[in-house]
Amino acid sequence: MFARLPDARRETVAVTIDGAPFEARAGDTVAAALLASGRAAWCPATVPGVPRGPFCLTGVCGDCLVSIDERANQQACLVLVAPGMRIRTQGGTGAPVPKGDA
Amino acid sequence: MAARVHDVAVIGAGPAGLAAATQCASLGLATIVFDESPSPGGAIWRALTATPLRRPEVLGPDYWRGANTVRAFQAAGSEYLPATSIWAVAQRDDGAFELGVTGGRHAARIAETFAARALVVATGATERSFPVPGWTLPGVLTAGAVQALLKRSALVPDGRVVFAGSGPLLWQVAWEVQNAGGRIDLVLETIPRGRLAEAMRHAPGFMFSGYLARGLELVRSVRRRTRVVEHVEAFEARGEERVRRVRFAVGGAWQEADADTLALSSGVAPNVHLVAAMGCELAWNPAQAAFEPVADAWGGTTIGNVFVAGDGAGIAGVEAALARGRLAALGVANALGRIDASRRDAEAEAPRRALAHALRGRAFLDALYRPPEAFRRPADGTVVCRCEEVTARGVRDAVAAGARDADALREATRCGAGPCQGRMCALTACELVAEARGVSPAEIGYPRVRFPVRAVSSADVAAWPGSDLAKRADERGAPAR
Repeated sequence: MFARLPDARRETVAVTIDGAPFEARAGDTVAAALLASGRAAWCPATVPGVPRGPFCLTGVCGDCLVSIDERANQQACLVLVAPGMRIRTQGGTGAPVPKGDA
Repeated sequence: MAARVHDVAVIGAGPAGLAAATQCASLGLATIVFDESPSPGGAIWRALTATPLRRPEVLGPDYWRGANTVRAFQAAGSEYLPATSIWAVAQRDDGAFELGVTGGRHAARIAETFAARALVVATGATERSFPVPGWTLPGVLTAGAVQALLKRSALVPDGRVVFAGSGPLLWQVAWEVQNAGGRIDLVLETIPRGRLAEAMRHAPGFMFSGYLARGLELVRSVRRRTRVVEHVEAFEARGEERVRRVRFAVGGAWQEADADTLALSSGVAPNVHLVAAMGCELAWNPAQAAFEPVADAWGGTTIGNVFVAGDGAGIAGVEAALARGRLAALGVANALGRIDASRRDAEAEAPRRALAHALRGRAFLDALYRPPEAFRRPADGTVVCRCEEVTARGVRDAVAAGARDADALREATRCGAGPCQGRMCALTACELVAEARGVSPAEIGYPRVRFPVRAVSSADVAAWPGSDLAKRADERGAPAR
């Protein structure tokens, strides 16, 4: 869905996505790393069974929520990757997001 | 508790926030800057100090010009907290503002409190919502999202790429993606037939602005490299798990094209979420079809010592944002007694001239790019609230059943009650309610916004000293319209 430009700077940052190792790049947001991993969506809509991907990537839409280092419902577009970061997608359950208690 | 009280807290580090902080610090005010981004620059200069792009021509000279502003900011000596969000603001009895802050270096998400005697809110613009059928499918993003991925991560959309909408940002991002070597298969432009002629009555101002030559060059460059369809009246994204095709109508005839990524842009609107939550009065700007804070010539809002600057105060672009940032800083310095009115007014001459110059082309751009009604007030089946899947029909039904404003609508349908707290759907919902009631959006007002405006734990909320103050303000019923 999104491809890295071949001439971009290349310092890698080792993270895990749903337990699998992934090489993100320094300066990636978690959302950018997830898109670079080939995912188009990782956070279901509050209505069960409806797929939903990140939309604004600027902290507005709330459609990129993800668990980071065991903390759920983080906005993936506002957090930079860090070495060893454990990223877990929240897809599949369709559970409503508990408001204000992430 | 707050370690110390700063003179001024600047919220946002785009052009306006950087200019305001630089001017405040150079006037000797103890200045602290909170930035949701991990590096300064806002949206327009996103990742300026950190982009992995190697070729400067990808983003063009207007992007790199931001380096001067960032350097001046770094040299002026304000405290800078990147990757931090303000989740609440409350005013103490001594007039200072308590800020609830999360993120950034506070990795354990322990909400810290900072305090400042004055605020400059420079939260910039957000992209307008673009409710069309299928816009909630994965693979449909805003043009700004595509731009953020390019600037910060050197990512470009893969596969078949369609851009749709209108406005400077649409063309800017398309141009950048093409410069980077990315592919764009199709641009669907939604400016209605006849709109250009209508906008031309504002053209004299536009002719003298810097926008014209630059804008035309961008559009021409994109057109040389991709197919552009003009006067698109309607379009929709199709697919099951993600977008696969777009359908679009011109002159009543529908066509179809493949799409793996659909980038949408219908312009930007002031990001008023924080000032709305604080209770600053907002006003409807009919030319831009958006709410903006009521402000005086210095950006002073209806709350004393709270100033706004930049696109968050009304969409006007980067040059205006720089000027208004400096003006807000002068207003703050005077309000805090650091400079007298005559020095303030003397120092304001240069930014006032710059502001007047920057605003020359605005009326033309507003008229040309005002999103068509059909995209602002969509047909019944279209989702309005992405979070809660509320459709335009759901909104209209709720109004028919008695909902008179966005707050009643939220009660009735949960429209605006999801994780985005109405950031995405507020304008659409307001315009739909206004239309259904046959009144102006000004009469409906912006929906009530409550703290916390970012997700924090209930324990953090309870521990925050401002909570009592905020509760009291809430009980007083601060107006949010």
